[in-house]
Amino acid sequence: MGMLDAADAAIRSLINPYYYGILVTIGINIVLALSLNLVTGFTGQLHLGHAAFMAIGAYTAGVLATRTEAGFWVAVASAAAAATLFGIIVGLPTLRLRGDYLAIATLGFGEIVRIALLNLDITGGPFGLRGIPRETNLPLVILVVAVTYLVLASLVHSRIGRALIAIREDEVAAAAMGIETTRMKVTAFTVAAAFAGIAGALFAFWFRYLNPSSFGFAVSIEMLAMVVLGGLGNLLGAVLGAAIMTMLPEALRTAAPAVAEHRMVLYGALLVVVMILRPNGLLGTSSEHGWLEVWLRRYRAAGRPANGPRGERHGAA
Amino acid sequence: MGRAAPLSFVCAVAHLAGAYFSSRNRLRGQGGGGRLIWQQLINGLVTGSTYALIALGYTMVYGVLQLINFAHGEIYMAGAFAGLLLVTAAELPFLAALVLAMVIAACVGVVVEFVAYRPLRRSSRLAVLISAIGMSIFLQNLGLWIFGPSTRSFLPPFPVVSFEIGGLRTNTLHLLTLAVALAMMVGLQFLVARTKMGKAMRAVAQDREAAALMGISVNRTIAFTFAIGSALAAAAGVMVGMLFNAVTPTMGIMPGLKGFVAAVLGGIGHIPGAMLGGLVLGMIEVLGVALLSSQWRDAIAFAILILVLLYRPSGLLGKPAPEKV
Repeated sequence: MGMLDAADAAIRSLINPYYYGILVTIGINIVLALSLNLVTGFTGQLHLGHAAFMAIGAYTAGVLATRTEAGFWVAVASAAAAATLFGIIVGLPTLRLRGDYLAIATLGFGEIVRIALLNLDITGGPFGLRGIPRETNLPLVILVVAVTYLVLASLVHSRIGRALIAIREDEVAAAAMGIETTRMKVTAFTVAAAFAGIAGALFAFWFRYLNPSSFGFAVSIEMLAMVVLGGLGNLLGAVLGAAIMTMLPEALRTAAPAVAEHRMVLYGALLVVVMILRPNGLLGTSSEHGWLEVWLRRYRAAGRPANGPRGERHGAA
Repeated sequence: MGRAAPLSFVCAVAHLAGAYFSSRNRLRGQGGGGRLIWQQLINGLVTGSTYALIALGYTMVYGVLQLINFAHGEIYMAGAFAGLLLVTAAELPFLAALVLAMVIAACVGVVVEFVAYRPLRRSSRLAVLISAIGMSIFLQNLGLWIFGPSTRSFLPPFPVVSFEIGGLRTNTLHLLTLAVALAMMVGLQFLVARTKMGKAMRAVAQDREAAALMGISVNRTIAFTFAIGSALAAAAGVMVGMLFNAVTPTMGIMPGLKGFVAAVLGGIGHIPGAMLGGLVLGMIEVLGVALLSSQWRDAIAFAILILVLLYRPSGLLGKPAPEKV
C-alpha cells in the first residue's frame, strides 16, 4: 500500500477534502453502476435489489473490521465472497423467472436483506454499525474502478458478453442458438453481485458507519437511474451516469436546495422521460429506439426535397 | 392441484397455528388459545380484503398489458389522501368522499397510463418496467413534496362501535371494510362478466391484436382497466387510512408490493385469484406475526412471493400457461 499512500498524500495536497469525498463517492457509485449495467444493460434483466448486495458487502467488511483482527484486504475479499455467495443463492432460482417477475423477486430480496439487517444483533440493528476504521482512500477507489472497468469490458467483449447481449435482444432466439440462458444470466448476476460487494466494502471503510437505511429500495433505484441515464449496455455510459448523478445533488444543494431535497421526483420523471424519448440513455447500445429517434427520422424525411411540402414547392417552381 | 387445494392449504395453516397457540397457552395455563387464533384471523381477513382490492388492480392491468404497474401503490396513496382531504377539508359525508376519492384515483390512473405506458406500447418490456418504476418514484416523492413526510391522522367520520360476536372482538370499521371490499368485488365481477366493456377487457387480455381487429378500441379498454383498478386501490387506501388512522405519502410502498404478492399468489391475470390471494396473504401474515414477531411481517410476504414464483408461478388459481413467443 506504500505507493497508494504516497499517491493519496499527493492528491490530498492538491484538492480540498470536500471534493475528495465527492470523488470517492463517485468512484464507489461507478463500481455499482458498472456492475448493475452488466445485469440490466447488457443482459436486459431488471434488477431492483442491487443495494442489497452492496449492503451484504458493506456489513461483511464492517463486522470483520470491528469484531475481528481481519485486515482491510481480507475484509474486502470476504465482502466480495459473501456477495458472490448470495448472488448465486438468489440468482439461481430467480433468474429462471421471466423479466418482470425477476424485478419483483430482486426487490423482495432487497427488502428482506434490509429487514434482516435491522433485526439482527451482529449488525447493530437500527442503531447501525459504528467504529469501522477509515481505510478507503481515493487512489484505492480509482484502482478498484479501473479493475472493475477492465474486468467488465473484457467480459462483455468475450463470448459470454455476446451471449448476454443475445439474451437481452431475444431470449428465446438466444436459447435456440444454444446459449444456456439461465447459466449466463446467473453468471452476469453473480459477477455484478461480487463487484457490488466490493463497492459496499469500500463504502464501509470510507463512511465508517453503516445503517440499514443506507441500503434501501431508493438506493437501488438511484443506481438504476445512473445506468438508465448513462446508457443501458454501455460501460462508459454507466461511468458517466454515476458521475452525473453523484455530482448533481451536490451542485443542487447549494444552487437550489429545494430541488436537491426532492431530487427523487426528478429521478422518477427522468426514468419515464428517458424510456420514452431514448430508451438507450445517453450512450446505450441496445437495438431499441424511442420517440426521439422516431421524431428525428420524421424530421429528416420531411427535410428531403421529394417528400417534404417545402420540397414540392421547390419542384413546382 | 384442484380447486379445493387453496382452501385446504388455508385450513392446514390455520390448524397448525391453532395447535401452536393452544399448546403455548396450555403451558401458561390460560386456555382459550383457539379463540386468540380466530381473533388474529379476523384481523387478517380485514387486512387481507384490502390487499385483495389492491391486487385486483395489478391483476387486471397485467391481464391487458402484461405489465406490473409499479405505480399502483402510489395510486392507492393518492386515493387515501383524496379521501382524507374530502372528509376533513371538504367535509363530505363518508360515502360521497369514498366515491369521489375513487373517481379522482381513477383519473390519476388514466393519466399515469397515458403519460408513462401508452408511448411505450411497442417498446421492450424492460423499457416499460423502468418507466413504471420511474412513475412510482415520481408520484411517491411528489406526494412527499406536496404533503410533507409527516403522518396525518384519518379519523373515521362516523362513530366506530366495538362489539363481540361469539367471543371475538370486532368493530363497525372492520365490518365496513369487509363490506366495501365485498361490494367492490361483486361489482367488478358483474362488470367483467356481464358488461360490454368487461367483454372488451377480456378480449384484450386474451389477444390484443385480434381484439383490435374485431373493432375493440384497445387503448380505450386499457385506459378503462386502469381507471377501474385505480378506483379499487383508492377504496383500499381510504379504508386502510381509517383502519390505521394514518395517511402518509410513503404508505403505498408496502401495501403496493403486498398487493402484487397477493396477485401473484392467486395467479396473476386471474380476477378471483387476486381476491383469494389477498385474503390468504392477509391471514398468513397475521399468523406469521403471531408465530415469529412483528418485525418480520414484511419479510414474510416477500418470502411467500419468492416461494410461489419458484414452485407455482401460475399461483393458486391460475393455470400454468406456456410462454407466448
